[in-house]
Amino acid sequence: MSITAPVTQGTERSPTARITTRPRRLFADLTVSKVAANLALLLIVFLWTFPTIGLLVSSVRDANQLAVSGWWTSLATSTQQGQDRLGSADQQVEENGQFVLRGTIAGAPISAFGNTSRDAGQVPAGGTLDMRQGGQLTVAENGDYVWSSPTRLDFSGSPRVYFVSAVRPRFTFENYAAVLQATGLARSFVNSLTVVIPATLIPILIAAFAAYALAWMQFPFRGVIVAVVVGLLVVPLQVSLIPMLRLYNGFADIFGTAPQGYFGVWLAHTAFGLPLAIYLLRNYMVGLPKEIMESARMDGASHFQIFTTMVLPLSFPALASFAIFQFLWVWNDLLVALIFLGSQSDQRVLTGRLIDLLGTRGNNWELLTAGAFITMIVPLIVFFSLQRYFVRGLLAGSVK
Amino acid sequence: MLEQIVGAIIAVLVALSACIAYFWGSNWLLDKFLATDNSQRSEVVTRRDGLRDALRPWLFLAPALLFLSVYLVYPVFETLRLSFFSANGAQFLGLSNYVWAFGNPEFQQSLVNNLLWLLVVPAVSTGFGLVIAVLSDRLWWGNIAKSLIFMPMAISFVGASVIWKFVYAYRGPDQPQIGVVNAIITGWGLPPQNWITIAPWNSFFLMAILVWIQTGFAMVILSAALRGIPEETLEAARIDGANDIQIFFTIMIPQIFGTLIVVWTTITITVLKVFDIVFAMTGGQYQTQVLANFMYSWMFQRGDFGRGSTVAIIILLAVAPIMIWNIRRANAEEGTR
Repeated sequence: MSITAPVTQGTERSPTARITTRPRRLFADLTVSKVAANLALLLIVFLWTFPTIGLLVSSVRDANQLAVSGWWTSLATSTQQGQDRLGSADQQVEENGQFVLRGTIAGAPISAFGNTSRDAGQVPAGGTLDMRQGGQLTVAENGDYVWSSPTRLDFSGSPRVYFVSAVRPRFTFENYAAVLQATGLARSFVNSLTVVIPATLIPILIAAFAAYALAWMQFPFRGVIVAVVVGLLVVPLQVSLIPMLRLYNGFADIFGTAPQGYFGVWLAHTAFGLPLAIYLLRNYMVGLPKEIMESARMDGASHFQIFTTMVLPLSFPALASFAIFQFLWVWNDLLVALIFLGSQSDQRVLTGRLIDLLGTRGNNWELLTAGAFITMIVPLIVFFSLQRYFVRGLLAGSVK
Repeated sequence: MLEQIVGAIIAVLVALSACIAYFWGSNWLLDKFLATDNSQRSEVVTRRDGLRDALRPWLFLAPALLFLSVYLVYPVFETLRLSFFSANGAQFLGLSNYVWAFGNPEFQQSLVNNLLWLLVVPAVSTGFGLVIAVLSDRLWWGNIAKSLIFMPMAISFVGASVIWKFVYAYRGPDQPQIGVVNAIITGWGLPPQNWITIAPWNSFFLMAILVWIQTGFAMVILSAALRGIPEETLEAARIDGANDIQIFFTIMIPQIFGTLIVVWTTITITVLKVFDIVFAMTGGQYQTQVLANFMYSWMFQRGDFGRGSTVAIIILLAVAPIMIWNIRRANAEEGTR
């Protein structure tokens, strides 16, 4: 059942061993069921990745484009209506017997233009439009216009021109810059790091010693302690919140310190991670070869020496598994930080900050998507680079 | 900010040195004060050896036991005690917090929702996980598929909520829809909906998020279990003329039944504790309240520790059967070792 079972290799071992034992010809296996299996899995993978891809793509889109079109259209060019004013009558010049007014309107690239907002698409870019004020207007794609007339143009003010402009897809990291500057996300990133480093490293050593004792030492109540640890694995966090908060408040009153802070969070995360740590490490250590321990004992090595020189190095895979678990759990935790770290803005960890963003900038998807990705990037890197250990830990950690 | 990071690193160093100092120092003290050598009388040697062997495990265990008792064991009893008291813990109320809870419409709503979550999420996650495990083990790109489906496990519940809130995003009927669900709906000519406000279906839309996360977990565990089935068993069934469907139901499922139960119960526990998703998506509004979020709102938003404790104890009671079952199995295993 434990981590040493042959199944613990997880995803990294493909079933090639099984396939290669069977001779197979190309396409011979391409049966209906095989095609169906491929399609079904493809569909599921599509469904599973689609939401995340949407977030990623949206986070690098232009904020204005993101607000008006779905992210799946982000590669397509869309159109948008606009208007601008032409120059005034006194800007016209006489050229070769023609009266000409030149200038540039904003909104390039322009695909069509017209006299009224309803007819904005009347004439394609480069074509000519008869103006109510007399003469003809030509607007090029880049926004340069020429208004020419055989007679002097006579109009007041600056007439409007309406146009349709093509919006080319635009990708940018501006959203990331904006969310990091405007919302304190950078600060939260540092806070998350501050919480996660000690909260991952401290429990490992404590759990390793306890796991060794529970695996290789003889003493009364060992079975009871193992049973309690297994039981504590599933105790809901909610049960310990109120008493611990009261305890922290009590300490703060006695010593005149703040009840909430990093120290309290580190200790809380350490404690909440311990049952899994002890359970994982003990299961692993029990599987270590008994002969090595016994021969070391015969040679006069103490438990302390055996533990530090042999068991600890040998248990590296299990230590790594737990470290990844604890790292992901602490980084992704909202509840513990919310309660034990306090609610002031500069104390928010990334998850808490993202919740704030959801509340205050719920419609600014360019900020939300970029912010969400910033909170996810570190765990994703850890996850993909250390997936082997993570899977191994999962297999050993689910109570079998 | 920099000083904060430096502070964290110093904390790590201090904590680790303190740990090492404790473990090394306590062992050194034990060996020094209970040292034995040949000059001592034999009963002294025996007594000291015995005492040393009896004490050392507790030195190894002490920090862990201290943490576990303070942060997990004591709070269970303290929460139980507080659940019989008033908001600030001053006045004994007997069972009236429990009476209040079961009479409270929002609590009843939470119970119903939690029950729905319990029925849907473990079943759907395990089912999807099993199907994906079976499919991906047969295909050459199965490992890539598994890696992608597994990825949500690394994402926080809050991050996942943002991802899915974007999927469900709603704009008025005359605006372009940027949420994919509403874009599909309007593409069919139907009016867009604000999905997360439509009870009772919105609970199911929230469950989809947890299913999305937990399926990868189920898949990985079940995939490993499937590989544990001896190839000869499957081969024998094929020779006897069983087709893939028959093999799946008559051989694979029975062979991995134990693992299926483990996956199911593990996800069940996760579901009972689910807090972040509801907190981020609706805050418990629109009839999506669940126990964990209900507890949070009474504990911290309204500051009623008595009623908060009551809800916490009810969550604990819901987890208790699984806890007892786990302990019994662990004990049984211990016996065979």
